[in-house]
Amino acid sequence: MVAEATKEKSIYAEMLAALQGRLAGREASWTKRLREDAIERFEQLGFPTTFDEEWKYTNLAALAKQQFAPGFDSKHVELDRSALQPFAYKEAKGSQLVFVNGVYSPELSSVEALPQGVIAENLADALSGERAEVVREKLARYADYQENALVALNTAFVSEGAFLLIPRGVRVETPIHLLFLSAPQSSPTVSFPRVLIVAEARGEAILIESYASTEEGAYWTNAVVEVSLEDGARLEHYKVQRESTEAFHTATTQVELGASSSFDTTTITLGAELSRHNINVRMNARGAECRVDGLYMISTGQHTDTHSLIDHAEAYCSSRQLYKGILDGKSRAVFNGKVFVREGAMQTDAQQTNRNLLLSNEARVDTKPQLEIFADDVKCAHGATVGQLEEEELFYLISRGLRPDLAQNLLTYGFAEEVINKIRVESIKAELDEAVLNRLHAKL
Amino acid sequence: MALLEIRDLHASVDGNEILKGIALTINRGEVHAIMGPNGSGKSTLAKVLAGHPSYEVTGGEVIYEGKNLLELSPDERAREGVFLAFQYPVEVPGVSNAQFLRLAYNERQKHRGEEELDPLEFKDYLKERAKVVQMDSSFMSRSVNEGFSGGEKKRNEILQMAVLEPTLAVLDETDSGLDIDALRIVAEGVNQLRTEDNAIILVTHYQRLLNYIVPDFVHVLANGRIVREGGKELALELEEKGYDWIKNVGKAGASLAPQAG
Repeated sequence: MVAEATKEKSIYAEMLAALQGRLAGREASWTKRLREDAIERFEQLGFPTTFDEEWKYTNLAALAKQQFAPGFDSKHVELDRSALQPFAYKEAKGSQLVFVNGVYSPELSSVEALPQGVIAENLADALSGERAEVVREKLARYADYQENALVALNTAFVSEGAFLLIPRGVRVETPIHLLFLSAPQSSPTVSFPRVLIVAEARGEAILIESYASTEEGAYWTNAVVEVSLEDGARLEHYKVQRESTEAFHTATTQVELGASSSFDTTTITLGAELSRHNINVRMNARGAECRVDGLYMISTGQHTDTHSLIDHAEAYCSSRQLYKGILDGKSRAVFNGKVFVREGAMQTDAQQTNRNLLLSNEARVDTKPQLEIFADDVKCAHGATVGQLEEEELFYLISRGLRPDLAQNLLTYGFAEEVINKIRVESIKAELDEAVLNRLHAKL
Repeated sequence: MALLEIRDLHASVDGNEILKGIALTINRGEVHAIMGPNGSGKSTLAKVLAGHPSYEVTGGEVIYEGKNLLELSPDERAREGVFLAFQYPVEVPGVSNAQFLRLAYNERQKHRGEEELDPLEFKDYLKERAKVVQMDSSFMSRSVNEGFSGGEKKRNEILQMAVLEPTLAVLDETDSGLDIDALRIVAEGVNQLRTEDNAIILVTHYQRLLNYIVPDFVHVLANGRIVREGGKELALELEEKGYDWIKNVGKAGASLAPQAG
């Protein structure tokens, strides 16, 4: 007898059927095909395991096992603008798109401060909007769902999220804020935020992408952000991840850089029980430059993993990367940074640094900076450190009358400030100063 | 009562005895210079007074304002008015000079039961004190000592002294690495901070600093012991003769100077 091979389908195929039921008739055939393609790929790949080299230190078993309900089905959450206060930035009052459990909230959003011609809207609307052809051309073109199961899963559910278009030569001074807010439900939900950012030639913008929760609770955010900067375009980007410490956060940021374009990003990781961020920047034309900075600050029960790939695919590009980590209690961080210099990418200038500060004996960091160079005439440097506070620095502060715990906090704060100081949006900076000090139970 | 009384002080680093029985009495209003060749123990004495954890006191005692100084933690000593100007001031990235100084100042104020200053009030106070060492206010928002030149770091030490107004200031080779202009500024700063109520210990290799800050007493250290003591003219004698003639004195175990009793 031959047993019939039945491959058990994941809960996600069923979830997708529910989404498609909702979208019935309103969906373009290409997105339908994209979804089907992506879910099929996800079912083939399955959740990554620790046998996968890229996931060696981050175990998704608990996530894979969890029966999530779709965020788009969760009951409507009553939030008014005042409830948004702790999560909003005053600089982006008239330029924010708000999503609650992954679903766009028109009542909480406002784009009145944006100049004519700039598009900032729910991706679901953009799929059938006036610039649908741009979306069709760019969406899922950069973030690879063939090899990455989490990107495949997000792509299968592509709908809610943001589409941002900065037209040719337009400089948007007002920061644009995408707020992904979770309101934990009685049973855990999953949301699939999808963001597509296109800056046409010489377009300039500042984008804040933040994740937060109204209260502590379990849920999963699985986000994908695609950025396409055309020639001479500039994007200053901040990602602030302050999910609930019971939440899962997985995300891929995929960036494609045109000639002489500039991408400057800072990722702040404070939340989630388990978080994984893949950030990939492909410098695909001459003269592109990027700065990819990050700060993770976690404590007991938290695990964070950053995998970055800076791909120097063309000549005359420069990249700067500084990731710093502060680990307290029983926490764990993973940093895996690849800098890839392809054949012919001469005059590449790449620097990568990962520095970690361990505040407890139970904290652990696995850091692996990697340089792969296939071109001549390049300038590349990388390094990683894991350590504790410097005794000479501590003594210096203590010798001025600071109590040892205050001196420790001040040095730790200083360690974080190297990243925070570069943030040019004042209220993010203030928020982070406060968050860092709260974490340290310190008042300065 | 003397402000500071050091009796038969012995101290080691990594098991090597560096100070081999120091005795020194310092009264309020006095400036003492501690001179000596490299490796004589000058900086060790400075660090031991400040309570650096790498230095182990193996014998003797230090009485400061009637209290056993060695029983106080380094931060308690600072709050009690002991200040060490470092030979190599430490860079503290990410922490602004103003932020750091306000914390230190307020710790001191709290300890004395006096009023603490908020950032704005402190800014004014700091601006005033910065005049002592002719420091530009741009230094206040910069990270502590980060990217400062050698001279700027030393000036910053004296600025800290001006802010904290210590009762006992120990200046560890504050003159080293300074050009003549910076030396003059630092010395004038220190002179402005001299009062009848405080005392200053200048640890220095060279006589040069003492042209600007005139000491009341000079003590010469060699091999962990005080081998000569005298007035300011002793510094000039050392300048002339160098240190070679005393280098072996300490080793022989005999002091040329009468021990203060």
